[in-house]
Amino acid sequence: METTLDWKETLITRMIRIAGYSAIIFVALIFIYLMREGLPALGEVPLSNLLSSRWYPIENYFGMLPLIGGTLLVTIGASLIAVPVGILTAVYIAEIAPQWAREILKPFVEILAGIPSVVLGFFGILILAPDLRRVLDLPTGLTAFAGALLLAVTSLPTIVSISEDALYAVPKSFRDAAVALGVTRWQTIWYVTVPAARTGILTACMLGIGRTVGETMAVLMVTGNAAILPKGLGDLFAPVRTMTATIAAEMGEVATGSVHYHVLFLIGIVLFVITLVVNLAAASVIFRQRKRAERILS
Amino acid sequence: MDKILIEHLFLNYSDGTESLRDINLGIPAYAITVLFGPAGGGKSTLLRTINRLNDLADVTAVSGRVMLADQAGAVVDVLDHHLDVIALRRRVGMVFARPIVLPLSIRGNLTYSLEVAGERDKTRLEAAVERSLTQAALWDEVKDRLDDPAVALSGGQQQRLCLARSLVLEPEVILLDEPTSGLDPISTTKVEATLQELKKRYTIVLVPHSVQQAARTADYAAFFLQGELVEFSPGKTIFTAPRDKRTEDYVEGRFG
Amino acid sequence: MSPKVKRNFKTKPIITRNLVQLLGFGALSGITLLTMFLIFLLVGVIIVRGASAITFDFIFGYPSNGMKAGGIWPAIVGTIYLILGSAIFSVPLGIGASIYLSEYAPDNRLTQIIRIAIITLAGIPSVVYGLFGLGLFVLYMNMGTSILAGSLTLAIMNLPVIISTTEEAMRSVPQAFRVVSISLGATHWQTIRRIILPQALPGMITGVILGLERAAGETAPILFTAAAFYLPRLPHSPFDQTMALPYHLYVISTQVPGMPQEIQYGTAFVLLVLVLGMNLAATVIRSRARARRQW
Repeated sequence: METTLDWKETLITRMIRIAGYSAIIFVALIFIYLMREGLPALGEVPLSNLLSSRWYPIENYFGMLPLIGGTLLVTIGASLIAVPVGILTAVYIAEIAPQWAREILKPFVEILAGIPSVVLGFFGILILAPDLRRVLDLPTGLTAFAGALLLAVTSLPTIVSISEDALYAVPKSFRDAAVALGVTRWQTIWYVTVPAARTGILTACMLGIGRTVGETMAVLMVTGNAAILPKGLGDLFAPVRTMTATIAAEMGEVATGSVHYHVLFLIGIVLFVITLVVNLAAASVIFRQRKRAERILS
Repeated sequence: MDKILIEHLFLNYSDGTESLRDINLGIPAYAITVLFGPAGGGKSTLLRTINRLNDLADVTAVSGRVMLADQAGAVVDVLDHHLDVIALRRRVGMVFARPIVLPLSIRGNLTYSLEVAGERDKTRLEAAVERSLTQAALWDEVKDRLDDPAVALSGGQQQRLCLARSLVLEPEVILLDEPTSGLDPISTTKVEATLQELKKRYTIVLVPHSVQQAARTADYAAFFLQGELVEFSPGKTIFTAPRDKRTEDYVEGRFG
Repeated sequence: MSPKVKRNFKTKPIITRNLVQLLGFGALSGITLLTMFLIFLLVGVIIVRGASAITFDFIFGYPSNGMKAGGIWPAIVGTIYLILGSAIFSVPLGIGASIYLSEYAPDNRLTQIIRIAIITLAGIPSVVYGLFGLGLFVLYMNMGTSILAGSLTLAIMNLPVIISTTEEAMRSVPQAFRVVSISLGATHWQTIRRIILPQALPGMITGVILGLERAAGETAPILFTAAAFYLPRLPHSPFDQTMALPYHLYVISTQVPGMPQEIQYGTAFVLLVLVLGMNLAATVIRSRARARRQW
């Protein structure tokens, strides 16, 4: 009765297995092609050039430092906003908000996660930057600060959702023990619950920062695109250019196979490595925590 | 005649813990054989070996033979690697401790095993539904709502549905692992009565949830202690005059 | 299990502690509500200003006068093509991979590597996907800037979302069903097809919608692989370039002087409604399915 099913089932099982392995294949492909087009830059451009502080490809200046600096500045600026706001919001939603409020806020945050980067950039150009220019009396509103604000919006949903999950996961017995000691809910949150959830919250922040580093369109449209090495946090209110924006802006204009083309791919490799490190660190934190939890519970 | 003959069965779990040690047991046909004893004795493991459900668990070293006889007297070794396990599971049905109904309708639960076996004839499917529900003494209660989701039934009804489900393919053996452990006394009595009817046509192996249930239902009984078969005797004698001291201690309630 | 309590709390009098709590709760709720409100405002401004531009001709008409007037129909169609194109590749692959991870994968080193690969794919910046798509599909495989190249790039980008959501949906189906199904003589695949997949279907749909939502809204992956700004007619084959909503919005808000704000807001409106609509649909499906579970 089942012989006909047998070969169909074997075929389907084989295809499923191949699909399972596909993720590895794709990562390998991405890695290979980035390397293929990016590594030649290391041969074509001397390292001293790549690490200089002038990015002016037309005259063969390929100093990546201003771009890295721009990414760093915008990321730090965005994280300084998104991390505290995100954690506090997560604490509010998970621990303090009444059930009816939670029912509205949770889906709201999840829907927020879907706002496309280009729409944020659009908002930034048309509304945010001119307002910033007016309010802060700057020569232009297209600055790192504008980028940081928009990027904070991008990473906020990630930080809030994952921190929320971490706070929910703290066992009720912890909170009950604190209440039994005569401690207020506020104190319970800050001395018991949040410290217990700290690995999850840390993971949330790392993943949020990872997203910020990789953001392209919003920063492209709003940070002013001046490839000048920022000298400090004061330059937050000046135009900068990030690595991602550089690739997006210049890739359309380079000749395939030119030095500029290879250097852009090299920047891509740098981005790949940075986000890889951040995401793997976050993942290893989760794995280690899960193992610890299994050991405790078994 | 023995329906199932177990010879020198050893079984270990993948973490090294021993589960069954040198089990030699003959299970008679058309009777209720009860496997009883304190927790951890290996009773459930033995049940799951018979229908090779242990393949899903972390079982490593299995040795010995479990011979299953059919009507004509031909035997197969259940533990044979080349055995068609799917066909085996159609000959040996199982009822679990909790009533696990599939997320389908009542009818869907019952026709499931026939459908995966390739049966498409609607008349045969309907006949099987009615037959198995009647045998499980559930037909009158559900005949008007066969399309309702199975989870809508009460606990006792769900378990009888699971019993009916195991009868659909008309197996030769029915294995029951503490089938009444979550049920109220009335449902328990119904199930036990059904088993007495069923044993006329099927070989039944039952792990009871109490010594009392064992005493009520057993034609034959096997006492398991920490993976070893201590004693196998007819039900009439093992509870009143056990041969082994350990059996006597357990039956008397001195440990458990 | 006792929590690590750091200090002796009882030294502060009750009134102070309760006051602190009141202020603290108030501050947190204020921050949360303010943040949510600001973001709501952001979305709201675009919706309000954009809605006025939405007419039948805007949605279904073609651009004219160098994009400064007329409709955005080609961009909408292009985005739909890219969504469908990426779905063709990413949905079977993603569901297959999640079936593998949930039902077949052994607990060994190779499976761990697969999971690491998925996490890696999830974290790669969208512009790096664009570079990859350029290098492999457009150039090496000679597809040129085309819907095909863009769809393939987007498909790989969508994969992690589809896989993780679908896998979670399948894992949440109780193990007991699998045991029962096997004991009734079903094969592994029959169990998956008849029990697991139907029960996991809402979760799978949610995952697919969330994955495709990225295909709808992301610009960077299609910048070098599929998108063009002004095309005289709708694409005819997968090897054609296409207009697309996110790219269109980018160009008209940064590179076209004298672009009427109305059209910009209108385009942003359409894109936002599309993406948020998909997100909303996914959320609704997820919560309705949770309510209707049969276990």
